[in-house]
Amino acid sequence: MITEWILDTLIRALAVGTPLLWAALGEIYAERSGVINLGVEGMMILGAFFAFAVAHTSGNPALGLLVAGVVGGASALLHAFLSVTLRANQYVSGLALAMFGLGLAGVLGRGWEGIPLLNTLPEISGLTYLGVVLAVVLWFVLYHTRLGLVIRSTGEAPAAADALGVNVARVRYLAVVFGGILAGIAGGFFSVAYRPSWTEGMTGGTGWIAIAIVIFAGWDPLRAVWGALLFGALYYLSFRLQTWIAPEALRMLPFAFTIVALAATSRRRRGEGAPEALGLPYASGEK
Amino acid sequence: MRRLGPWQIDRDPAPRGWWVLVVSLGAIASAFLAAGALFWAFGIGPARAYSTIFLGTLGDARAAPEVLRQAIPLLLCGVGLVMAFRAQFWNIGAEGQLLAGAVAAAGVALFAPLPAPLVVPAMFAAGFAAGALWGLLPTLLRLKLDVNEVLSTLMMNYIALFFVEWLIHGPWKGQEQRGFAYTDTLPPAAWLPLLPGTRVHWVTLALGLALAGGLAFLLARTKLGFEIRVLGQNPTASRYAGINPLRTTLVAMLISAGAAGLAGVGEVAGIHHRLLAPDQISLGYGYAAIIVAWLARGSPLAAVLTALFLGLIFSSGDVMKVTLQMPFRVTDIFNGLILFFLIGSERLLTYRLRRVPRPAPHATAVSPGPERQTGAGIPEETGVAESK
Repeated sequence: MITEWILDTLIRALAVGTPLLWAALGEIYAERSGVINLGVEGMMILGAFFAFAVAHTSGNPALGLLVAGVVGGASALLHAFLSVTLRANQYVSGLALAMFGLGLAGVLGRGWEGIPLLNTLPEISGLTYLGVVLAVVLWFVLYHTRLGLVIRSTGEAPAAADALGVNVARVRYLAVVFGGILAGIAGGFFSVAYRPSWTEGMTGGTGWIAIAIVIFAGWDPLRAVWGALLFGALYYLSFRLQTWIAPEALRMLPFAFTIVALAATSRRRRGEGAPEALGLPYASGEK
Repeated sequence: MRRLGPWQIDRDPAPRGWWVLVVSLGAIASAFLAAGALFWAFGIGPARAYSTIFLGTLGDARAAPEVLRQAIPLLLCGVGLVMAFRAQFWNIGAEGQLLAGAVAAAGVALFAPLPAPLVVPAMFAAGFAAGALWGLLPTLLRLKLDVNEVLSTLMMNYIALFFVEWLIHGPWKGQEQRGFAYTDTLPPAAWLPLLPGTRVHWVTLALGLALAGGLAFLLARTKLGFEIRVLGQNPTASRYAGINPLRTTLVAMLISAGAAGLAGVGEVAGIHHRLLAPDQISLGYGYAAIIVAWLARGSPLAAVLTALFLGLIFSSGDVMKVTLQMPFRVTDIFNGLILFFLIGSERLLTYRLRRVPRPAPHATAVSPGPERQTGAGIPEETGVAESK
């Protein structure tokens, strides 16, 4: 009985944790290159809408996810242009992306609400396993390959990387767009697998949680797996425990726990914290 | 440095007021053009959309006061955010602080046994305190543990949202009308007077204007204002000047969060007369106030104008909902685009265009322009403290 309950919780945690993991992995790469993208929520909701619309029209949920990835990447390109090329404030640009994405998805999605999706993906699908594999691969690339070294150096010391011949702007563009693709797919997971339908604002703040997981995991792809699992379990429990505790109080849980997690992981040793140049625009030859 | 005929483009460390205005207006116009392109893609002619919006807001004597009405919470939240941003504290939590103020106001009106004339003052005091309290935890976490305040204030918004949901479904659920999730109607003593024929609760408006004036004075003329300015512009220098960054940030942030709390009081006491669903109390004023503050470039007085502008966007959202059958979310498209173009155009502020006639063969060098001291409030490189 109790093992069944734990197993059930674990499986459901994996289901909710899947989009959190994908979005967090993408954000880790963007932030490792030195660009913080607070627009995850906006990219996810756009991904959710386009995945649903394409899956419904074509009858193919996998195609929906593919388009969600493209849309996520395209919207991240906007953020990359502002923060890398125009060297604008990355925090505000990300917030603008979150607003814009929520607004656009809300307007486009008018008339799509309440339509059921015939062909869906299972909750625990290839996406869950692929997410774990992706985490391992991204961890290996980040710490054990030349490419990973290049990405980390643009985030830690862009001037030094530049002096060694690294094209800082190009690395940052690619990392941010990669992050957007993963966030778009994460959003698509909500509308074609987790809750196959379209509702305005259906990502419900998970984009912000994904950003918190990045900090919680210390910008490490492997540790993000545990973070996603933990927050996935918390999300599931917030629905499961409704018999005993008021649902509204439970739905606060993931958000309240995020603050606790941020506070608990705030004191870190050197080298485990945020990339040194995170959030700072870089211009070659300028001090 | 680059020459274009008789004109020369140079770097400018401190842009002039008119140039800031030109660039800001250009950014807004570009955002409207981009939104127009989106309408067009959506099958609505931009000309028709904008004329409908204009006729439904400023062009209609009965609808125009709605712009002012929507500007009230935006002004209070926006002026508050100006203070936080000046102290380099990225308060994204005005939405939650507004809701906290709304809860406190409803609580006082429903449950505090006060004589009628004291109810409204007590509501505003409680609302300010509740908003400030809601902003206190993220401030302390940032100051003591270096926790990223962008995320913590955002999380506090969601917590406030579910807290209000819980109150109206649970302990504070009204007895009068069954089946609806809101509290009982507040006693009439808690209702704010309105300007005749409008929904403008002028008491809150007056508070917002007074706050804008008061904070402008505080920033320009007082020791605390000086400390906030120095802290925001140069944290290292502020340490040498003997400024206590903890105390200064805390005070700026409490003012900021308290002001958002006042906005919540105004919405509950002036418009709804009850506590209801969080997305009905605030249409996203706390988030839009970020644009109010950013556009105001660090000036509390300029926030009065920028709040009116955002009030226009919000009432446009209402018009578009009714006449063009657009969801209210369309305002988020405007807000996002305006913010994109605003920060995207910021680099333009660091350049200036000067008319420099080509020197005649034997003329002496052109003298540089007069020195100027004042800048646009927000420092150029606004790196937010990352959590480490």
